[in-house]
Amino acid sequence: MKMKSIISKKVEQMQPSGIRAFFDLVLGMKDVISLGVGEPDFVTPWQIREAGIYSLEQGFTSYTSNKGLYKLRLGISRYLKNKYGLEYCPDEEILITVGVSEGMDLALRALINPGDKILIPAPSYVSYGPITELAGGEAVCIDTREDGFKLMPEKLNKAIDKKVKAIILNYPNNPTGVSYTKNELERINKVLLKHNLLCISDEIYGDLTYDYEHTSFPSLPNAKNHTLYLNGFSKSYAMTGWRVGFVCGPREIISAMTKIHQYTIMCVPITSQMAACEALQTGRAQVEEMKREYKRRREFIVDKLNSIGLDCHRPEGAFYVLPSIKRTGLGALDFAQKLLKEEKVAVVPGTAFGSNLNDYVRMSYATNFDNLKEGMNRIDNFLKRIRRNR
Amino acid sequence: MDEILEILEKDARTVPEDIAKILKKKTQNISAAIKKYEKEGVILRYKTVINKELIRDTDSSVRALIEVNITPQKDVGFDRIAERIYSFPEVTSCYLISGTYDLLLIVEGKDLHTVSRFVSEKLSPMENVKGTVTHFLLKKYKEDGVVLKLKEENKRIAISY
Repeated sequence: MKMKSIISKKVEQMQPSGIRAFFDLVLGMKDVISLGVGEPDFVTPWQIREAGIYSLEQGFTSYTSNKGLYKLRLGISRYLKNKYGLEYCPDEEILITVGVSEGMDLALRALINPGDKILIPAPSYVSYGPITELAGGEAVCIDTREDGFKLMPEKLNKAIDKKVKAIILNYPNNPTGVSYTKNELERINKVLLKHNLLCISDEIYGDLTYDYEHTSFPSLPNAKNHTLYLNGFSKSYAMTGWRVGFVCGPREIISAMTKIHQYTIMCVPITSQMAACEALQTGRAQVEEMKREYKRRREFIVDKLNSIGLDCHRPEGAFYVLPSIKRTGLGALDFAQKLLKEEKVAVVPGTAFGSNLNDYVRMSYATNFDNLKEGMNRIDNFLKRIRRNR
Repeated sequence: MDEILEILEKDARTVPEDIAKILKKKTQNISAAIKKYEKEGVILRYKTVINKELIRDTDSSVRALIEVNITPQKDVGFDRIAERIYSFPEVTSCYLISGTYDLLLIVEGKDLHTVSRFVSEKLSPMENVKGTVTHFLLKKYKEDGVVLKLKEENKRIAISY
């Protein structure tokens, strides 16, 4: 059997191969200072891990309801009410998913008819485009490079035509770290209201916003009815490996998503859901502590990058920066490969997040201060060598 | 607590230049603040946390927790007798506590014999000391927020989205 011809054409065309090879190269190397990690460097707070262990000891090893433990949905409902004044009914408007990744996949599959367009401000997280296309839709990117990586309402307005069904907003953003103020979001929402478009709002980094209070999209005036709110425990509580996310939105959409979820996933592992309940109850202080630490590292890395000659904006949230490497004259993959080989520092080439990001690399500051400092020194050496050899 | 202190408490080696970058302040202001803390005694000293259980070639030491019952003195309460006790170099920590006894000491000596001799010859004979209970420490798991074991290897994969 010819294996190549047996794979679906859509899947065959996914993911640029150059990046995969680079990732393999990083994983095969020892003693690398990695600024390429997309998850917190903290381990899940102990009381949350302990709650998971205790649930196992007590024999909680079964399925839960498809939508997720009622206790967890109730906890999320209360948390959102408390934090953003949002009212979501735990019975019909909340679904527990395997991370935001599953939530996003379910949303797109539940919404897209063949030929529907989904708007994606770029740079964006790697999965949005491919899973839109897997679901039969067309991903339409809106380039934000000229506008400091922020979606401008006018450009959004221009990109909308009859086939556009929804926009995927992600703020604070991976890979840019950029976020939006309430005012900026209101202007975006006005455009969506005018065209009756759905907003799929991925706010997984919402708790890691440093310069102002995070505004959740559905909490804007007249936004809740056309918003799907996606969030999870991975980044705020350092729980990436537990795989717990949630989606809140209009009951019709949640119900449609639950149909797919029940056939494909059944439910999120009960141990993880139990641990997530504990996170909501007792983890807030630790979220704040981790946030303070990330903020300090952000100030350090942004100043340092600019001072050694990589132009870098100051992102408002998440734990990423996306400096420009244009001045080095190297392409993103080339820069990343050379930096890895010569200085043993790993960064992610911008091209992983969009083919037009050849002038950028993503660095993550979810690593301890010593590593960050040493990483910056090595990059400084690398840049000096490039300048000398030119 | 001031963020400068929070940063130094985590890593005393963090230099003023870096703290300035982190907090977006001037280096000289950070240095001045640290000097002030030192002068006021808020910052007492900078020390390194050493896991002595891993050092095999040096003199090993033993530690004991000692409960001490004392008779408080008029006007000064426990302070004067506490001072007499904590002034011995063998006493590494000294706390006044509530409950069935008054002072809790942590005493360090090079062997069991040294510690016993401190208790029987120095501590117990003191006029205001009514009684002592000595607990020898067998193993240290965690001290001052630091878990005493080798740094664990990185569990995250080195690159991810």
